Amino acid sequence: MRSSIRALGTSLLALAVGLLLLAVGLHLAGYDAGAALAALWDGAFGSWRAFTGATLLRSVPLILIGLGFALALRGGALNIGAEGQFYAGAIAAAWVGVHAGGWAPWIALPSVALAGIVGGTMWMALPVVLKLRFGVLEVISTLLLNFVAEALVSWMVQGPMQEPSGIYPQSAPIVEAARLPMLPGTRLHLGFVAALIAASILTWIFARTWWGFRLRALGEGPRAAEVSGRVRGNRMIAVALLGSGALAGLAGAFEVSGVSYALYQNLSPGYGFTAIGVALLARLKPSAIVLTGIVFAALEAGAGAMQRDAGIPAVTVYVVEGVIILVLLLGDAAARRGLRRQVVATGAVDGIA
Amino acid sequence: MLLSLSGISKSFGSVAALRGVDLVVRAGEVHAVLGENGAGKSTLMHIADGLLRPDAGTIAVDGVPVRFRSARDARRHGIGMVHQHSTAVPALSVMENIALAAGWPVAPGQLRRRTAELTARLALQLDPLQPASELSVALKQRLEVVKALASDARILLLDEPTTVLAPTEAEELFNFVREFARSGGAVVLITHKLDEALAAADQVTVLRHGVVALAAPRAEVAAESLTEAMIGGAISVAARPRPTGDGPVLIQCDGLEVKGESTPGLRSASFTIRGGELVAVAGVEGNGQRELLRAVAQLQRPFRGLLEVARPIAFVPEDRTTEGLIPALSLTENVVLGVGRIAPWIRGHRVRRVDWSAAGSRTTELLEEFDVRAKGPGAAAGSLSGGNQQKLLIARALERRPRVLVAENPTRGLDLQAAADVHARLRSAAAAGAAVLIYSNDLDEVLELGDRILVAANGVVVEAEAGAGRQRLGEMMLRSGRPDAQ
Repeated sequence: MRSSIRALGTSLLALAVGLLLLAVGLHLAGYDAGAALAALWDGAFGSWRAFTGATLLRSVPLILIGLGFALALRGGALNIGAEGQFYAGAIAAAWVGVHAGGWAPWIALPSVALAGIVGGTMWMALPVVLKLRFGVLEVISTLLLNFVAEALVSWMVQGPMQEPSGIYPQSAPIVEAARLPMLPGTRLHLGFVAALIAASILTWIFARTWWGFRLRALGEGPRAAEVSGRVRGNRMIAVALLGSGALAGLAGAFEVSGVSYALYQNLSPGYGFTAIGVALLARLKPSAIVLTGIVFAALEAGAGAMQRDAGIPAVTVYVVEGVIILVLLLGDAAARRGLRRQVVATGAVDGIA
Repeated sequence: MLLSLSGISKSFGSVAALRGVDLVVRAGEVHAVLGENGAGKSTLMHIADGLLRPDAGTIAVDGVPVRFRSARDARRHGIGMVHQHSTAVPALSVMENIALAAGWPVAPGQLRRRTAELTARLALQLDPLQPASELSVALKQRLEVVKALASDARILLLDEPTTVLAPTEAEELFNFVREFARSGGAVVLITHKLDEALAAADQVTVLRHGVVALAAPRAEVAAESLTEAMIGGAISVAARPRPTGDGPVLIQCDGLEVKGESTPGLRSASFTIRGGELVAVAGVEGNGQRELLRAVAQLQRPFRGLLEVARPIAFVPEDRTTEGLIPALSLTENVVLGVGRIAPWIRGHRVRRVDWSAAGSRTTELLEEFDVRAKGPGAAAGSLSGGNQQKLLIARALERRPRVLVAENPTRGLDLQAAADVHARLRSAAAAGAAVLIYSNDLDEVLELGDRILVAANGVVVEAEAGAGRQRLGEMMLRSGRPDAQ
């Protein structure tokens, strides 16, 4: 309990240091830091419209991908390829969405979502096979497949899936029936609710189920999980990684069916990478990922406003995101060292009497 | 007198590994240092090659007192160490590995010539360009010897050099070693194998519990007195009544073979164990007992032969914190992990759920019942002392209500009280009808615990006759018999 409070403290500290550094940097560069942060705040939380239509809207892919990253890392595997799985999901979803003419929404919408899940899962299948068969590190294979996926989208929107006029590098729009409905009174699509449900399901899996517990054990102590817990490590990691890919693919499907209504080349502004920060800042806890996903989404939503209203390049918020993660890692390292010093000082290998 | 160690003492924490040990190695001789695991052989060698510093005592080379601050220091004084396991860098070639060890410049042409000269001079052929990763186990060892001698060592320390070698390869190594000594060098051969010491050595020193139990020229000692010095006096243990053999057969193996990871593994085991029996396996580490127990625990697949084990099986690994417990998880979580899905706190069957409050209260009971000292069931397993961790492991294993209980070195590193508690638990598990199978490196423990005693030697497991004492078990353990000779 105490450690989780300390972890929360470190996360808040990281966020504060990131914003402080942004303010100091802007001030030194001759900008009005106060006005910039005010614009950032306004863009993210200033109005109901901004909060739902900008911040929460952007949080959907961050939360879903963050959940997937956490799922894999809880078992000890690193999925750095969410960007690729997101695109694979988006391609599959767009293809179904474009060809869903005449379908009822209650068929079209699940089909699009399912297509995204299948796309993301399939994109993860290759790294999983490579890992199980040949011991190829998933960090490398998933990372490299990102580039392949980006190239694939680029080819799709200029080739097989290009819109009928053949002028723009984008797909034809998906049919009306395949477009996610908005939550009443907002420009926020239903995918947000799905992300919240996914977070609750994952919370339940980790906290309550035998499978989720064994996955956690595998991540914390692989040898003990296999010898004492009889966990079949490879099989479990494979399932977790595929689930991770599925969530990223679903995020891609929601982006197509809830936001862009077509497949574009730069559909993702790096969600797959930002979401790693989201998951780490949340210490891989699904409920916390919802919060950190919203925080990071707010930063990115506010960045646009900051650029518009204060003339500050939006990319500065990526610096903030980077600083947050660095402070977090430093805080963890410091906590570990502090703990070790404490153990040495009391001579307490036994620790507890 | 080439190398002399006198009055060497060394403690790790409160454990005295060496107490006033003297060792004198003369030019032209092969000196065997014999002892059981944990007798202090390796500590002594690491003091001689500069890896460890003694708490007391002096080291002299050629009669001149020296003080080694590092392995490099020792090498400068002509001491070369051949470690038990290969220390070569796999990705580098033979000659690069030699250059690394000897501090030679690495210009390829010159290095190749120099390596060829060295291997020719030593009559230990190696291809200079072959990557170390491609060498066979025996050639890797040869590379270790060449590395040790590359910087003109005059004193060669060999740590259990034949563990990984086939008999003919071992014979070649000993021929080289004798030749090296004949040409004026000195060799220290660390071994727990009696017949090796007898075959190769001119001088024998036996260590036991950190003190020299015997030091004499080879020609003046008989095999029996060496065994006695190693194992300890011929204390006879009163033969215990065997349990009546009417329980059901719970473990049965016949002609069982199990491959080992770095050792030859288990080459032959045939026996049955009935419910109510506590069977202890004696053996020096690496003689097949580990593979036997892991196969019985269904953690390793038999390679050949018959193996039938009743379920449920519970297993207590000797490595408590990497294979037994997960230090970062709570005691409850560790109990849940180990008891598995047969536990009462597992609910549902399509999607199995864990009832954490039921598991937590049962863990609290177990802590009480098994006298595990901990803050509570939520404490991290890593915060427990070794003794308490072991008690928790035993509690968890028994929570499976096992018909077969398998435990490796169940009291390694425990103090006397904790060890006695563990022994009592194992006995009562057997008394309750389980078949209990353990191995221990500690012969006293085997003698104390085992209703029946099996001995593992060179991958072959045979049963000791009822009432066999230390002396007899020692002989059986140290015999490097072949399976067909049994």
